[in-house]
Amino acid sequence: MAILEKHKILETNATLLLGASFLVVTIGGIVEIAPLFYLENTIEKVEGVRPYSPLELTGRDIYIREGCYVCHSQMIRPMRDEVERYGHYSLAAESMYDHPFQWGSKRTGPDLARVGGRYSDEWHVDHLIDPQSVVPESVMPKYGFLMNREIDAEYIEDRLKTDAMVGVPYTSEMIEAAKADFAAQVDPFADTEGLLERYPKAQVRNFDGQPELTEMDALVAYLQILGTMVDFSTFQPDPAR
Amino acid sequence: MSKQPVKKTYETTGHEWDGIEELNTPLPRWWLWTFYATIVWGVIYTIAYPAWPLVSSATQGILGKSAAGDTRLAVAAEIERYASANAEIEARLAAADLTTIADDTELNAFAANAGAAVFRTWCAQCHGSGAAGAVGYPNLLDNDWLWGGDIESIHTTIRHGIRNEEDLDSRYSEMPRFGADGLLEDQQIDEVVQYVLQLSGQEHDATLAAAGETVYLDNCAACHMEDGSGDIYQGAPNLADAIWLYGGDVAALTETVTYSRYGVMPPWQSRLSESDIAAVAVYVHQLGGGE
Repeated sequence: MAILEKHKILETNATLLLGASFLVVTIGGIVEIAPLFYLENTIEKVEGVRPYSPLELTGRDIYIREGCYVCHSQMIRPMRDEVERYGHYSLAAESMYDHPFQWGSKRTGPDLARVGGRYSDEWHVDHLIDPQSVVPESVMPKYGFLMNREIDAEYIEDRLKTDAMVGVPYTSEMIEAAKADFAAQVDPFADTEGLLERYPKAQVRNFDGQPELTEMDALVAYLQILGTMVDFSTFQPDPAR
Repeated sequence: MSKQPVKKTYETTGHEWDGIEELNTPLPRWWLWTFYATIVWGVIYTIAYPAWPLVSSATQGILGKSAAGDTRLAVAAEIERYASANAEIEARLAAADLTTIADDTELNAFAANAGAAVFRTWCAQCHGSGAAGAVGYPNLLDNDWLWGGDIESIHTTIRHGIRNEEDLDSRYSEMPRFGADGLLEDQQIDEVVQYVLQLSGQEHDATLAAAGETVYLDNCAACHMEDGSGDIYQGAPNLADAIWLYGGDVAALTETVTYSRYGVMPPWQSRLSESDIAAVAVYVHQLGGGE
């Protein structure tokens, strides 16, 4: 085939080779990646998944900052042993507002995709302050300093806007109310009607038991919502997905 | 210097640097044919399995397989297989009278083993993998029970949990916050703490303890009983033994009297099946402290 003999032209012209290589990689990338953005069957729609509330989002940032993902995955695989231990296998839709997602592939500690509601706030606080006090065989480091680090909502509007830029459906109403929602979620006496309307199933209470609003509050609020948004009693898996 | 004859087996690429030429040696045949075989295999694979993206979905593949769908069906089938294999004995367990379950060797053995698995999955994080508990989370190996250690009581506690607003039948006790709410003076708290130390047979200050007895009888004895033996019907712990949930030294007791303690346990009926609850009740009951 004559065209195969022409490779000498490519191989002896570095710029042409670079251009041609780029073209090949581009085609491969378009074919493999682009369809995921428009194919309807890549993310199945499920009821209940919502963006994180401002406090939960702050907790999630702390989760990422402290590198929790290094030891904890958030992806229950569709296998019997995982489903029996952790609960229903994870769905793509459950992490569609995660930027970046926290699936992970390495478990030094257990999977946390459905840790929400599984333990009491007191347990989480005890466990984060001194993991070995409740799980003697644990190798998790201590995170007691979270109790001392007070947080405020100074940048929360920008934080929500940033997520909105990459496609998380934060409305302008949510962004306007972000500061109020942030504070209301740890105040059992606050008017939480708006908060719960914007973020259904958000849990409102003083998570760490201290009067101050600390990073511990935010992290526990985040942990307590994980995996609880979708009501699986009404979920029908579509085998074609 | 005599000129060596160049051994020209293959063509050169035409590149030449100072007399060194680049040979254009063909690829080994076995490598080349393996490469062609992978291309052919790739084409067959994309026809057989879901692969090529189209307008609204990808090609489904002539084998009608879907990687994710298959896994989902497989996991559902596997769970179903175990569930149906256990369905009969689980139904028997859910309906069983737990007080006489020890007489049914087969059911008892099943319950103890299934209960151990349930315990390690759902209970071990607080009560410990060996059920020895931790500060604030009761030890289940001893015979000191807050809410009763007979199997029916254990079953009720697991089923409805402790201090839950979502379950009306949950165990509920609320010791007043004697210090924080100003029911007792600091001095009185110091005295009653010394009296509790005396009740539990620890070293104490006899003068303060003597004064503390009145405080105790007026404020504590209604639930913890005059002799400090506690009351399982009110969830009031025994203060006369050496077993402490939050610690039995002066500092821990002072904090308990001042702020009280409100440990919680989830109502497991919202997460576990009736047979799982019965199984774990049997398991906990036979750990050593069951009455």
